Amino acid sequence: MQEFVDGLVANPSWVHYLGAMLVFGGIVVFGFVLPIAGITTWVERRVAGRIQSRIGPNRTGPAGFLQWLADGIKSLLKEDIVPDAADAPLFKLAPYVVMTGFVGAFVALPFGGPLIIADLNVGILYITAVTSLVVVGILMAGWSSNNKWSLLGGIRSAAQIVSYEIPAGLSIFPIVMLSGALSMQSIIAEQGAAPWRWFIFNNPFTFIAFFIFFVAALAEGNRTPFDLPEAESELVMGFATEYSGMRNLLFFMAEWGNLYVIGAIVATLFLGGWQIPWALAEHPVPRVALQFGTFFLKSYFWVFVAVWLRWTLPRIRVDQMMIMCWKYLVPVAFVNLLGTAVWMVLFPHGAPGVPELLCVAAAVLLGLFLRRVRYHLTRAGLKREELSYNILATERIPGLG
Amino acid sequence: MGLGTYLRNIKDAALTIADGMAVTASHLVRKPYTVQYPDRLPEGVRVQDTLPFRYRGMLEVDLEICTACLACERACPIDCIVIDATKDKAAGGFVMTRFDIDMAKCMYCGLCSEPCPTGSIHHTPEFEGADYSLESMVRKFVKAPVLAYKPKKGGETDPEIAPILERGMRYVGEFASAEGGGGEE
Repeated sequence: MQEFVDGLVANPSWVHYLGAMLVFGGIVVFGFVLPIAGITTWVERRVAGRIQSRIGPNRTGPAGFLQWLADGIKSLLKEDIVPDAADAPLFKLAPYVVMTGFVGAFVALPFGGPLIIADLNVGILYITAVTSLVVVGILMAGWSSNNKWSLLGGIRSAAQIVSYEIPAGLSIFPIVMLSGALSMQSIIAEQGAAPWRWFIFNNPFTFIAFFIFFVAALAEGNRTPFDLPEAESELVMGFATEYSGMRNLLFFMAEWGNLYVIGAIVATLFLGGWQIPWALAEHPVPRVALQFGTFFLKSYFWVFVAVWLRWTLPRIRVDQMMIMCWKYLVPVAFVNLLGTAVWMVLFPHGAPGVPELLCVAAAVLLGLFLRRVRYHLTRAGLKREELSYNILATERIPGLG
Repeated sequence: MGLGTYLRNIKDAALTIADGMAVTASHLVRKPYTVQYPDRLPEGVRVQDTLPFRYRGMLEVDLEICTACLACERACPIDCIVIDATKDKAAGGFVMTRFDIDMAKCMYCGLCSEPCPTGSIHHTPEFEGADYSLESMVRKFVKAPVLAYKPKKGGETDPEIAPILERGMRYVGEFASAEGGGGEE
C-alpha cells in the first residue's frame, strides 16, 4: 500500500498515508468484511435447513439471498436497551472491542496476489494477538451486563479462548519453522500451487497440526461444538443476553466473520494460500482475479466445514472442553512441534516422496469418507427422485401427504 | 489412563466425528420435507387435507348427533363452551337454544372431545381462525332451537344421520382411547 501511495502522490506526507489507510480500511470493511459476515449467516441457514430436511430462508430475494440485509437492517432499527443496573460505559464499549479484535485481523490477512492491506513482518503473530482482543470484549460484556448468565458466559469464554490459544499457537509454530517467516505473504510464497507443495502435506506432523489448528480455531471463535459461552440451553445467550439491536448485531457479525478469518488463516498457513499454477506475468488483472478466487474458495470451504460441523455435533460439556484442550490437543501439538524440528534436521531440503504420499493418503481418507456417505444414503433406502444435489433446492420430497 | 486408552480415545473421536459428518452430508443431498404453506403448495392441494385425522385444529360440533349431555361443557378447563338446553315434554327431549364455543379462549387441549359419547364435538384439521374481533371468534352452532339427539336401540337407521354418527364414533375411538390413532387403519 505504501508503494501505491508513493506512485500516486509526488511527495507523500503522513496525511496521504493516513487518508489512504482510511479509504482502504473503509473499502475492505464495508465492501468485504461486513458482506462476508452477513452472507455467511445466509449460507449457514440454508445448509442447516438442508441438513435438517428443511429449506431455510428462501423468500427474500433470489433463493432468500437478501435475508442477511433484511436481518441487518431490522437489527439496526431495533431499540438499543441498556439495563438500569448495567455498567453503562463498559456495556456500550464491549461490542466495539469485540468488533475491533475481529476487523483488526483483516489488516494482515492476504486476499490474493498483491492484495493485502499491510504485509506485516510479524503477520501471523499480529493476527493471533489482535484476535485475542475479542476475549477482552466478551469478558467486558459479561461483567458489565450485571446478569449471572452473561457473567458465566464471559468467564467461560475467557477460560476457553485462553486455553485454546495454546494448541492453536503451537500448531502455527511448525509452519513458521518450515517457512522461516511470520509474514503471511512470505509463508504463502514458500508454498506452491500443487497440493504436494502445501505445508499441510510437507510432513506427517504438519498434517496433524492442521486438524489441531482448525479445532482450536473453532473453539477460539466460540463455534459449536465449543459454543459454551453462548449455550442457549443453559445461559439464554451467554455474554450477549442483555444486548439488543445494533450491539447484538456487532457481536454476531464478529462471530460469523471470524469463520472467514479462520478459513483464511488455514488457507494461508496450510493450504498454499493464493498460489496458482500459472505465472501470467503479462496479464496482471486476470492473474490477481484468479489468485483472489483461489484464496477465497479455499477459505470459504472451511467456513462451510465449520457450518457443517455445527449441525453435526452437539455442544460438549465444560470439563470435556478443558480435557480435550489440555490432555489431547496441547500434548499432541507439542509432539508436532518437536517432530517438525527433528524432521527439519533429518531432511533439510524436504523428504522426497513424503508430500506425494501424504496427498495420496488424504485422497484415500476422502474416498473412504465419501463411501461412508453413500452407505448412509443406501441404508436410508432413498430412491433417485428423493435426492437433489442442488443445495438451493426447494422442491419437496415426493410421495408424502 | 494408559497410552492404549489415550490413543483409542483419539481414534474414537476422529472416527465418530467423521461418521457423524457423513450422516449430515447424506442429508444434504436429500430433498426437503417442507410444505411451503400457504402460497407455494402444489396445484389443487389444501394443506388441511394433508393433516392427520387426529390433528387438533378448530372445534366443530355436529348438532345432528349432539345429545345435550353437557359433558364437554363440564370438561372444558377454561369454560369456553356454553350450552343452554331445557327439557321440553312436548318436543320429547332436550331442546338446545345455545351451543357457543369461544375459539379465542380455546386452548385446543381436546378434553371436550374425550367425554363426548357420540363424537359430536371434535377437532377438525382447520386452523385458519384469524379474525378481526374477539366477538366474531365465538362460534355459534345453534341457529334455531334444536331437539337433542337420542341414541336408538339397534343402531341408527336414518340415512342422513348414520354417516355423521359413524364419523363421530370414529373420533371417539381415535381421541378418547389411549391407544387410538396409532397409525394407518
